[in-house]
Amino acid sequence: MTTTLDTAAAASTRSGRRHLLSVADLDHAQIRTILDTAAEMHGVQQREVKKLPTLRGRTVVNLFFEDSTRTRSSFELAGKWLSADVINISGKGSSTSKGESLRDTVLTVAAMGVDALVIRHSASGAAHQVSQWVDAHVINAGDGTHEHPTQALLDAYTMERRLGSLEGRHVAIVGDLTHSRVVRSNLLCLRTLGARVTLVAPPTLMPAGIGSWAAADGFELSNDLDAVLPTADAVMMLRVQRERMSGGFFPTAREYTVGYGLTRDRLNALMAANPDAVICHPGPMNRGLEIAADAADGAQSLILDQVSAGVAVRMSVLYHLLAGEEGQQ
Amino acid sequence: MSTLLITGADLAGSGAQDLLVEDGVITRVGSIGSAGGAEVLEADGLVALPGLVDLHTHLREPGREDAETIASGSAAAAVGGFTAVLAMANTNPVTDTAEAAERVLDLGRAAGLVDVQPVGAVTKGLAGEELAELGLMHRSRARVKVFSDDGKCVHDARVMRRALEYVRAFRGVVSQHAQDPHLAGSSACCHEGELSGRLGLPGWPGIAEETIVARDVMLARHTGSRVHVAHVSTAGSVEVVRWAKAQGIDVTAEVTPHHLVLTTDLLAGYDPTFKVNPPLRPQEDVDALRAALADGTIDAVATDHAPHARHDKEHAFVDAAFGMLGLETALSVVSDTMVRTGLLDWAGVARVMSSNPARIAGLEGHGRPLTVGSPANLTLVDPDARVTVDRSASLSLSRNNPWHGRSLQGAVEATVLRGTVTARKGALA
Amino acid sequence: MRPDSGVPDGASSGGGPLPTSPTGAPTSTDGPASASTVPAGAPARAVMSSADVSRALRRIAHEILERNKGADDLVVLGIPTRGVALAKRLVAVMEEVEGRPVPVGALDVTMHRDDLRRQPTRSPMHTDIPATGIDERVVVLVDDVLYSGRTVRAALDALSDLGRPRAVRLAVLVDRGHRDLPIRADHVGKNLPTSSSERVQVRLEEHDGVADEVRIAGGEPR
Repeated sequence: MTTTLDTAAAASTRSGRRHLLSVADLDHAQIRTILDTAAEMHGVQQREVKKLPTLRGRTVVNLFFEDSTRTRSSFELAGKWLSADVINISGKGSSTSKGESLRDTVLTVAAMGVDALVIRHSASGAAHQVSQWVDAHVINAGDGTHEHPTQALLDAYTMERRLGSLEGRHVAIVGDLTHSRVVRSNLLCLRTLGARVTLVAPPTLMPAGIGSWAAADGFELSNDLDAVLPTADAVMMLRVQRERMSGGFFPTAREYTVGYGLTRDRLNALMAANPDAVICHPGPMNRGLEIAADAADGAQSLILDQVSAGVAVRMSVLYHLLAGEEGQQ
Repeated sequence: MSTLLITGADLAGSGAQDLLVEDGVITRVGSIGSAGGAEVLEADGLVALPGLVDLHTHLREPGREDAETIASGSAAAAVGGFTAVLAMANTNPVTDTAEAAERVLDLGRAAGLVDVQPVGAVTKGLAGEELAELGLMHRSRARVKVFSDDGKCVHDARVMRRALEYVRAFRGVVSQHAQDPHLAGSSACCHEGELSGRLGLPGWPGIAEETIVARDVMLARHTGSRVHVAHVSTAGSVEVVRWAKAQGIDVTAEVTPHHLVLTTDLLAGYDPTFKVNPPLRPQEDVDALRAALADGTIDAVATDHAPHARHDKEHAFVDAAFGMLGLETALSVVSDTMVRTGLLDWAGVARVMSSNPARIAGLEGHGRPLTVGSPANLTLVDPDARVTVDRSASLSLSRNNPWHGRSLQGAVEATVLRGTVTARKGALA
Repeated sequence: MRPDSGVPDGASSGGGPLPTSPTGAPTSTDGPASASTVPAGAPARAVMSSADVSRALRRIAHEILERNKGADDLVVLGIPTRGVALAKRLVAVMEEVEGRPVPVGALDVTMHRDDLRRQPTRSPMHTDIPATGIDERVVVLVDDVLYSGRTVRAALDALSDLGRPRAVRLAVLVDRGHRDLPIRADHVGKNLPTSSSERVQVRLEEHDGVADEVRIAGGEPR
């Protein structure tokens, strides 16, 4: 299905419905539309009456197979402020353990008459698979180590509010690239918006085959954070999970911090080179491991702005997926 | 006395002949014309191959009779041109005792469509720790000669060494599922490379197979025993096997039909139909595998037929079961991939799908040339037929068929087991 | 059902495109979705010239001031897109007359429309409420064409989420009739009898880059 208007997500499916499964589904204009609408939604959030009647009578289900209070609450508020009926269903324990397939679980939920399914799953590709099975709009709220499209959109939104257009801006993404769904979505989003992107990590935390990927998609790789910082307009620190240490991805937390942490010294170096540079973190943070308190809490930090932008961006995504539906046929 | 006359068949590509089969044995080859009272199978334009032998199937019985039974798997095998299949040991319970092996043998005989030869587990419960009763399985009525923990790798080098040493006494062979569990753990499901990175799927690097293959050929050399590499999937493994054979090491190898054609990019849509272990690899590996099969480095094609109930595949990709169907499509895939492209002639197909696997498995009644005195196990193939695979037409109980919708050149016309026609044109006879 | 029933007022104003995103991307190109229903060959005819528009706006500005007894407590809000330009022009006249600033802004009604599911998705436009707020103020809503009344209904809803005005008045450049709702304008530039198969096109210099004009297109040839 193609229309002049496919403001969000494109993957064509059995039901012909629009989904947001990957940032790869969005072209530049579509990202622009979502971010611009998010700015209007953000304005609404500042008002006393935050609720808009737009999605009255529509049902949004947050189907989370993996805990994430932050993302779930953000989608929940986004839906509620657009007057949709929002329910949360925990998918944990409802599948493999009881002999029920993912398809069974999802079809059971969808059979309740759902307009949009917001899916979080620990397995990469889960949202993609679900979109082939159900007759509802599917929004990927994080699938395994694959993608987290709304996080990337809100990151771009937050950075743009501070930096202006991201075209030609240099964004460094630092940390556990292999296990991060945020990095994949951000790469796609930032490259589409014309930013220069450098991924920084020890070689053991870079995904296999990233060399050819970088060449194909036009981003840069580095193992040297200090060499990258002086030209960065934005630094996005990724969470390093402590359990990775037992996997032997790096020797100790101390060594990681020295090599790849945004320490006070590095913060000073960054500010000296570019006083307007900003710092992001998709959360939750390991203070003292990948990010020092000074970096997380200073004026250059966008971390709380990211959270507040999350609701606006998700309102925008819900609006563009759910409104105007009949006109799309 | 039952007689069967097969007329005008091209015997593995060496010219049209008639074959007379009496009491399950080929009694005449040449221009026979007619034989009074014999059932006649007109085979003009068809190629006759010795009955196909599959070194690697999962028939799921006992334990998962909802996915496949020995009877349904035998039916799929017969339709696919097979007269003998080896049934892997990873059932529930595991085939790690003489009794379990005899049970599989008996269920196969009861079905009566192909010879079902049980594979014995190398270690108890496939746990990789203690040797299973290898000798008792060998001494049983099932005469087990091939041992494998398939699905799991015998990754402990000491256990592998002992197994190789032990089976040497009765010329047994260990068929290794080569997967270093530290380099490719249980969640590994996508060839490690750019695509696995993009898709966020746990990588299954070729090196996890290659290091085990390299280790095992050295263990085979050291023990003077025989090792067989199951489902070789990478160019690196091919190199190791080629080197080992040049050294005179007693190693054989098999490749699956799917690794000869299907590539890792099929995973881009997260369809668990294409989830298999070892995973689908890039085109370079596919090309190397075809070349190795053509030049004899790889000895055999084995299907790794792995039926799964729908509800075991309809999970998120990493949670879904590994494996795909293969018995009914194997000959067509090999024909389309190797014969149509000129990489193998029909004599070559007879070698890699019948005589070599029969020799590796020690199946004396199979893989014999179609000459007077051989058991009448044979497969008639229409080399020019085009088939479009339809998963719903399968005799397997499962539908995880990666070939669905594909058009292939070359099809099994009939299968004969010891003089009895077991299947014709995609259906049981 | 009328071919364009349910089409919001904005779309009935012809040349007024559906609200587009600033990049001009995913929303429609020039012309409403109903354009294809216009019979070919029916020429557009001008019903208001640039001078007519100018005179009408000056009159409306004076009417508003007269009725309000000055500019006290007035807040003028245009409904995107052309309503915003008209609001600014009205305010310019009022300021000239009163000699002091009059708060002006924009009120987007997209998220309050009752026809979202029937229409291609449109991006919301910017809402800009003057710092004075709207509580206890007299809000004058300004739009280019009054048709079904649904846009105005949406605007009233949107307003109620923003505060509690003392009164709300409506000023439009053209009232073409065919109301679906019990809504009327307080100030009208021109009452224009139309058939529902016709389209009213409003062009404004600052918005469309051509001289001000109101035209009627389509309908039965006369």
